[in-house]
Amino acid sequence: MPKTDTPPRWDRKMQQRLARGEAAALGELYDRFASLVHGLAHRVLADEQAADRITREVFAHVWQHPDAYDPKQGPLRSWVATLTHRLAVQRLRQKETAALVHSDPDSPDAPDNAYAGPTGSPGSMEELERRVRRASVAARADYIVTSMPAPLRAALELAYFQRRDYRQTAADLGVTEAEARRRLRLGLQLLSTAHDTGTPGAPPEHGGAV
Amino acid sequence: MSGAGHEDGDWEKHEGYGPRGPDDGAGDSDGDGKGPEPGTAGRAGDGSPRIPLPRSSVEDTGLPLPAPEPPAPAAPLVPLVLEHDVLRSLLGAWALAACAPEETLAVEEHLGECGACADEARRLREAVELLQRPEPLDLDPTLRTRVLESCLDRRPPRIPVPEWAAPYDAETARLDALLQDFGDSEWHAPVRLRWFEDDEQTTRRTTVAGVIAHLLSVDGLVAVALGLDDPVTGGQGTPVAPNPASRTEAYWRASYFPPTRSVRVPWREQSHGIVRHVSFAVGSTSRAGEAERGGGSGKLPISYGDFELPLRDAMLDRAFECWVHAGDIADAVDYPYEPPAPRHLHGMIDLAARMLPEALAARRLAGLAAPNRTTRHLVPAGEPGRSLRLEIEGSGGGEWLISLDSPAALASSAHEVAHVALDGVEFCQLAAGHVSPEEAAAGQDGDREAIRDVLFAAASLSRM
Repeated sequence: MPKTDTPPRWDRKMQQRLARGEAAALGELYDRFASLVHGLAHRVLADEQAADRITREVFAHVWQHPDAYDPKQGPLRSWVATLTHRLAVQRLRQKETAALVHSDPDSPDAPDNAYAGPTGSPGSMEELERRVRRASVAARADYIVTSMPAPLRAALELAYFQRRDYRQTAADLGVTEAEARRRLRLGLQLLSTAHDTGTPGAPPEHGGAV
Repeated sequence: MSGAGHEDGDWEKHEGYGPRGPDDGAGDSDGDGKGPEPGTAGRAGDGSPRIPLPRSSVEDTGLPLPAPEPPAPAAPLVPLVLEHDVLRSLLGAWALAACAPEETLAVEEHLGECGACADEARRLREAVELLQRPEPLDLDPTLRTRVLESCLDRRPPRIPVPEWAAPYDAETARLDALLQDFGDSEWHAPVRLRWFEDDEQTTRRTTVAGVIAHLLSVDGLVAVALGLDDPVTGGQGTPVAPNPASRTEAYWRASYFPPTRSVRVPWREQSHGIVRHVSFAVGSTSRAGEAERGGGSGKLPISYGDFELPLRDAMLDRAFECWVHAGDIADAVDYPYEPPAPRHLHGMIDLAARMLPEALAARRLAGLAAPNRTTRHLVPAGEPGRSLRLEIEGSGGGEWLISLDSPAALASSAHEVAHVALDGVEFCQLAAGHVSPEEAAAGQDGDREAIRDVLFAAASLSRM
């Protein structure tokens, strides 16, 4: 979205306006972050309505607790992403745990048509953790891609989606071949940090990917 | 998005830590569009074996070697001798299968020898898989209202957005979402602005970016009245050009180049600024002062040059224009675009219905609507006079009584001489000058001349 204010200044002013109870500020907050929030939630939950619900929760949380955000700790954008990630993973875990309980044939309240989760049989706790971790990594990767420096993203875009080799990538971007190699490597290095956080459900690094 | 990769590219027959794992759907093979064509490479051959020899690999799985290829114009690849730093710098490109074949070979040779690079290579290869992302979903435009309402229920705002500014807030957000993924070809797609002038359909050619510049210029009338900068002059103060059309032309003329996508930011900032400022005009503590200026209740007069609207109606008018032009843009780029939320649509129809008596009077003054002297009854102001019942169907619809002979007369069902029924969106298309009065699909009953006058008056509400 449009940015003329430098992010820290915009972030600070936004927080003040939210704290003041300005409904117009809430609308602007939504306009800037709704697609990020909804996209991350959808990546974790793979369900449109569930993503809508998380979107509602995230904005309600920011609106009700604007002071929970500390501009000194990093950009509002990554704080919002962290919050979204946490709520979405929480929700996924609830949903999948409930599915596990219901699908246990010994469980007294197991229904006839046991819920099988979005990706097949509910399986074990282990499978649940794997699923949560996968969703979590994918969402973190999305966030990293959308917030990495534009030159790195552009290089990855060309090499991966447009299938340009690094020399063509360099020519397209008007940079040296060495620089194109550097950007591709750095971009992937950033992206690979999506795998880093061992505990599933941990937020993307605060402060963004850089 | 890249689909499943082919496994039959020339370089894919290599065993080992190739640029793509066996089940890696990401990227594409070197042999298929990337790097030198096998045939091209073949001409550089020097007579040594055509098929690169199988190499030992960091991931040697012990699988059988590929069957010997039939004679093909492939060249032998002699691994380049590269320094460690260069090899390491190639890892990203290698993981993305974006190296030349000789380099790929050199990197892979190296991975067998250098544990640190092999570790990094594996990490980067895994990262490549993460690039495969689902297409971003278009956000449901109705989600915004639902989310904001649920927030405001939980914590009532101290400074709310006035009810009458909600349609403008919603329509500008909807249009901005439409513009979200536009590339240059969409921004420069031709658009024909259409409106009615002197009972004739009038058009003006521009582009998608030109339409946003038009909205920016005319919204500027409201912005300036609220104390914001004038987008046409770039400063504070009275608008240079007095009416919507001349402001737009002035904005278009101000730059040698036609408007580009860069117009989106100032338009969106201004629309956010307007919503914010009207909220303060209502909610601020200096309510008494605002009320004096008419801001508090939305009565602050906004001049459109040849007429004025109170702020609250001007905001409805700008919401209506935003929707109409968003529709023009969507048509130009072949996107679907829905009508506004029913209660917002209702407000827009209500504004048009309220403006009809004035429009009828103006047409009579201009000699366009010659009243039948035998049927027209001038009544004292405030007294009931001849009326037309306008019935708008569909969501957002309702019924309005239109005073026919004078804006000052009171519309009255006891004096109803005609009845017109239209669909809500059809009526708005008529009032936007997109449908001619003759073609408007309207159910009619009663005084034909009165009906004709009202339909033409509705079309005359349109402007550039």
